[in-house]
Amino acid sequence: MTKVRNNRAWWLILPMLLLVAFSAIIPLMTVVNYSVQDVFDANTRFFTGTEWFKEMLNDPALQAAVLRQFAFSLTVLAIEVPLGIGIALIMPKKGWQASAVLILVTMPLLIPWNVVGSIWQIFTRGDIGLMGWSLRELGYGYNITASPVDAWATIILMDVWHWTPLIALLCYSGLRSIPDAYYQAARIDRASKWAVFRYIQLPKLTNVLVIGVLLRFMHSFMIYAEPFVLTGGGPGSSTTFLSQSLTTMAIGQQDLGPSAAFSLIYFLIILLVSWVFYTAIMNMQKDKQDGEA
Amino acid sequence: MTDSMPTTPEAVRKRAASADARRRRQARPLSRQWRKRGLMAAYIVFVLLPIYWLLNMSFQSNTEILGGLTLWPEDFTLEHYAKIFTDSSWYMGYVNSITYVVMNMAISIAVALPAAYAFSRYQFIGDKHLFFWLLTNLMAPPAVFLLPYFQLYYTVGLFDTHIAVALAHCLFNIPLAVWILEGFMSGVPKEIDETAFIDGYSFPKFFVRIFIPMISSGIGVTLFFLFMFSWVELLLASTLTATNAQPIASVMTQTKGASGIDWGALAAAGTLTILPGIVVVYFVRNHIAKGFALGRT
Repeated sequence: MTKVRNNRAWWLILPMLLLVAFSAIIPLMTVVNYSVQDVFDANTRFFTGTEWFKEMLNDPALQAAVLRQFAFSLTVLAIEVPLGIGIALIMPKKGWQASAVLILVTMPLLIPWNVVGSIWQIFTRGDIGLMGWSLRELGYGYNITASPVDAWATIILMDVWHWTPLIALLCYSGLRSIPDAYYQAARIDRASKWAVFRYIQLPKLTNVLVIGVLLRFMHSFMIYAEPFVLTGGGPGSSTTFLSQSLTTMAIGQQDLGPSAAFSLIYFLIILLVSWVFYTAIMNMQKDKQDGEA
Repeated sequence: MTDSMPTTPEAVRKRAASADARRRRQARPLSRQWRKRGLMAAYIVFVLLPIYWLLNMSFQSNTEILGGLTLWPEDFTLEHYAKIFTDSSWYMGYVNSITYVVMNMAISIAVALPAAYAFSRYQFIGDKHLFFWLLTNLMAPPAVFLLPYFQLYYTVGLFDTHIAVALAHCLFNIPLAVWILEGFMSGVPKEIDETAFIDGYSFPKFFVRIFIPMISSGIGVTLFFLFMFSWVELLLASTLTATNAQPIASVMTQTKGASGIDWGALAAAGTLTILPGIVVVYFVRNHIAKGFALGRT
């Protein structure tokens, strides 16, 4: 769509800008401010320059947390995106079943995050949880407080349970916006199921998938409440992700300088990955459009 | 002649559709349909099982919960729900949560509507940069903003109020709302705006009377996402509140009593946090089923 050049449009943006600036820029400046200072109390502080940043980047515990975080985010994306598309494809399209399935599938998304943690804590406990108890009855020594493998598998399963619905929901509504004529044309051409998916459904899903994958990446990278409630970051520090390291440092130990520097690094990583992803997809689409034109 | 050829386009289409449906019914083996249903059912069982377990536990007495595994409540009790509905520290948690979620939805949609309109219709200095900057706020981990928020809201005297949480959630909800609404608005042809202005509508009148009704399903979808992300967030909400505006999710973290965790109350409270979400999905289900294509193209 061609847009009109009009700088008065700023007036429409202004209220939003003021609100977001109040909750984004002021706090961010505070963080930047802390990150270059050593704060003793309200009146005593020293300028430290980039010292905190160097210290944080060289901290082995944090490096490990970053790697863990990437491993976690990539794993859940690799499972949730294909699974979500699959669910969207088999969800019923008409009648009361469609509504019922939609509501059931969406349910996990609308549960507060720490309640999700509690649900899985209850579900996986060896003594009172259905899953934990069943696995033990089957002869597997399932224990998330002692075995890092069990803890990881459970957290990934929990995340799949929690967030696959988002991808499914977005894809489902993306699929519903494809006009019937496309399918009719495909049937006339005797296109195979795979061809319909590859050349009709998937291209139409690109946009929703970009949003879905971006949202999923960001949220999985910020995950806090669920593992905190379920495993508390343990056993050891095997499931301590970045947010939890950060809150422990900032609130628990009150290390303002280092945690502010850490915050900025953390934020920059998310920004960078999202930007690369966003630009890559947008360029891919542009190439395709140029190719068609 | 009874089997005459159809004459209107309507009739042609109907006939083609019924023939098509017949052909498809014959062509597609039944087994495949059942496989599809089976997979769907399996996924729904996977979704429901943990929730069922929570529900099951919320109806059991604490002695039954700890006494051994039972697949359904044998000693059915409502004591945990009764406790939540009679103890104000419990039920006020729900009131507080719903209060700030509704406030946040109202604020976000009110400022996001004009902003999204500006992004979808006009070109102005810095529009692309501004849009990307907005999205970066969506990416900001709440943990990063924890401490500065606490200090900021404490300084301006908003600590432990509903509006503090509502404003804090604007950080990610306004950008999300602008993002979603912009996509919907770009789907409305610009000729509509132009015609309305030629007909003598002022901008505010056009916006409220004509434009908003046209994107009502977009607003429905947006409100759903706003509700979702504000309702489920805990980290900011519990940091910015103490007692007066404490959200239910953080009340729940305090169920650890002297005798260990009160599993029954935890399960009952958890079950009750699922209900508002179901109500919201129920209202927007048709908007979602109608299909929407999000995002800028």
